[in-house]
Formats: sequence, structure tokens, C-alpha cells
Amino acid sequence: MDPRPLWLLAELTYKCPLQCPYCSNPLDFAGPRFRRELATDEWCRVFREAKALGVLQLGLSGGEPTLRPDLEELVRTAHRLGLYTSLITSAYRLTRERLAGLKAAGLDHVQISIQGADAELSDEIAGTASYRDKIAAYHYTRELGFPVTVNVVLHRRNLHQVEALIRLAESLGAERIELANTQFYGWALHNRDALMPTKGQLAAAWQVVERERARLGTKLEIVWVLPDYHEQFPKPCMGGWARAYMTVTPAGEVWPCHAAGRITTLTFENVRDRPLDWIWEHSEAFNRFRGDAWMPEPCRSCPRKAQDFGGCRCQAFLVAGDAGATDPVCSLSPDRHLIDAAVAQVERAAQVERQPEEWTYRAAPASRALATKG
Amino acid sequence: MTPRLHAKARLQRDEVRGREVLLYPEGLVGLNPTGAEILALCDGARSLADIVATLERRYGASGLERDVTTFLDGLAAKGLVVYGP
Repeated sequence: MDPRPLWLLAELTYKCPLQCPYCSNPLDFAGPRFRRELATDEWCRVFREAKALGVLQLGLSGGEPTLRPDLEELVRTAHRLGLYTSLITSAYRLTRERLAGLKAAGLDHVQISIQGADAELSDEIAGTASYRDKIAAYHYTRELGFPVTVNVVLHRRNLHQVEALIRLAESLGAERIELANTQFYGWALHNRDALMPTKGQLAAAWQVVERERARLGTKLEIVWVLPDYHEQFPKPCMGGWARAYMTVTPAGEVWPCHAAGRITTLTFENVRDRPLDWIWEHSEAFNRFRGDAWMPEPCRSCPRKAQDFGGCRCQAFLVAGDAGATDPVCSLSPDRHLIDAAVAQVERAAQVERQPEEWTYRAAPASRALATKG
Repeated sequence: MTPRLHAKARLQRDEVRGREVLLYPEGLVGLNPTGAEILALCDGARSLADIVATLERRYGASGLERDVTTFLDGLAAKGLVVYGP
């Protein structure tokens, strides 16, 4: 069987104490589709099946994965299987004792999000007072000997803090900082007009990144996730559809990436009904966009198709209304004007110094209200 | 010069693909048998010269130092190998 997956993102729960307006979780995370969370033994079976299929990297994510009381047991199982296991957490109320227990269970790496470089902005963006817990948790992880990644989602309201964020990560002794420009899916797409940065903001931030990379070398790895709306060509999303990644949602649906569940023209299988290897190899959703036979023009005859795989299927669906279209971010796409219009609107608003749009915080009541509206 | 794996990196057998891999936060490197052999010798006790000598004895070869150094420097540039005194 080829390709085989290397990565599994296990979204253990969609419950989360934070309310970040760019959350990548589905808008209807509080709805019936995700209500019946997998039990401990079901997750352990998923991990075993994933390892047998070829997975080596496991991300334990959410929502907030530390809300699962069985997290230690899940980590222990993953560790015994030889999966390199990362915890992807907000660190809200995460204690030193809990982290020490996770270390003993075999957790390899901790990624802690932060929303801004200071308490005031970080807590405002998160919608929940959490900055102090995060800083404390960074210190605990260092004391316990974990490698640590600082993850920051960048957008219009915090891009000016890139330098302060890098300095903060450096002072905390982190190995990596991921500066991830907002990708517009889920809540981020819903809040796009409030989150989209200006070209000037991005250019200034990029200058800082280049300078700081030269200064820090291997001491702190700075990962810059491109703001794809401002690029000429699409990102090689997930390294190609169903080539290396899969996501299992809290209730057991299996997706080729963490945003794919929004594509209503695909049917997704559930680990409760099928073994993982069958889903990877035979399911309709995983095969639909595998390889390049599905590609329309301009992708089909494009020399870049082996590099970018036609871009992102979710973005094609969400923006152009067709998951089988060329990623509208591509300058060769017939739908590129839709992206240009969104970018231009933000530039115009910035020129007249209008306040950015208000955003909707990611929270269960808003999720249910949006689901009712359809 | 004593090369060793950084604490964040783990050398491991990838049974499914029949090779060794180096795993680290958000990434991995697939290794060929020689690469895996070199890393297995980077135990923090052997010096670079010891490692080269061991490999040269094992293969009945000479002049391996440049290949070994290039391989380890590549991983050091990614922060996966660190050099002790």
C-alpha cells in the first residue's frame, strides 16, 4: 500500500476553555455530529491501527486535550507503541503535577499556544484569562526536560508583536516558535474580515523574522507559516490529499486534514464502523483527491502540480464552492478574484483607518446559534 | 568533539517501511543503514575520531571522516545532533 500515513492528529475533544476567534475546529463543534466522544479503549485501538499503518508522529489536540481525564493513559499507550507524541495545549490550568505525570507516561513534546506577547492582548484574543497559566506551564515544561514549541496564530491584531513574541520564546528557553499566519477555515473564515492582516503588516513582520532567524540560528527554530491569501501560488496543503496525514475527530470521524469535515460533498467514515487501514486505503473521501487524476485545468497541465498538489481542497470548497477546483489562492485560478476581493477590502479599511470588524468568539452558544442559522 | 543526539530526537525502527528513522518535534528523517549506524554510535561517550575509526574497522575502509562529518553536520544544522567537548 502506498502512500502510507506518517502523521495522526487525534482531536480528543472539542471542549475548550479558550475562545480564540480563529479556531480551526468546525463551526458546529458543539452540535450532535461531535457529541459522542471516543472512549479510552477506542482511542487506544485507533493508535494501534495507526502505528500498524505506518504512523510515527501523533498529535494530541482538541479543543483542549488536557480536559480528557484519561490523557495519561492515552499517552502511555502511544508511547508503548513507539509513536512520537506531542501534546497541543492551551495550558489553561495545566499544573506541574499533571505535566510530570505526562512526562512519566512517555510524552515527548509539548506545544503551548499563546495569543499575544503580553497578558492584556493574549487574554483578550483568547477570550479567557489564560496568559499566566501559559507562562507558568512553559517554565514547568522546561524544568521537566520537555522540548517545547511556542505556537502563535498571527493575524491583524497581533502581527505587530512578532518581535516581542520571538523574544518571549527565547527567554522561555523554547526550541521552536511557530508563527502561523491565520489560515481561513472554521472560525477564522467566519471572522475573516476582522483577522485578515494588511500587506504592510505582513511585510514588516517578515523582516523581523528574517533578522531574528539570522540572530538566533539553531538556538530557536522560527517556523513561519505563510499567509496564503497574500501568496501567488497555493500551499502544498498537507503534502497532498491523503498522502501523509489524517485527523480523527472527537467522535471518531476520519478526515484527511482537520478542516476537511466542512466539505459537504464528501462522506466520511468513522473508526467505530471501520478499521483505520480500510478508511485510509479504500474510503471514498480519502481516494477522491489522491494523486492527480482528479485535477482540472489549470492544474492538470501545470508543472507545479507535483509541488503544490493543486493546493487546498477545503479552500477550494469554502471559497470557490467546489472541492475539485484549483485552490482559488493560485494566481492561475479562475476564482482568484474572490481572494483578491477579500484582501482588497482589508486594505481599503486600513487606508481610511477604520476599526477592524468585531469578531465572534469560538464558544458553544455561538456554535449552536451558527448551526441553527445554517 | 563528541557528537550525540539532542534530547528531543529519538532514533527508532520504522517496521512498516523497513528502515530506521530519527523522530523529533513535528518532523522526522528517514535514514539509510549507514546513517542509522553512525547515529547508533553517537552515544555521547565516543569521540568523532572513535566513531570514524570504528566504522573504518567495521568496513575495512579508510578516509570515511569526511562522509561521517558531512552527515552529522547536516543533522547538527537542524539542531538534532549536538557536539560536546
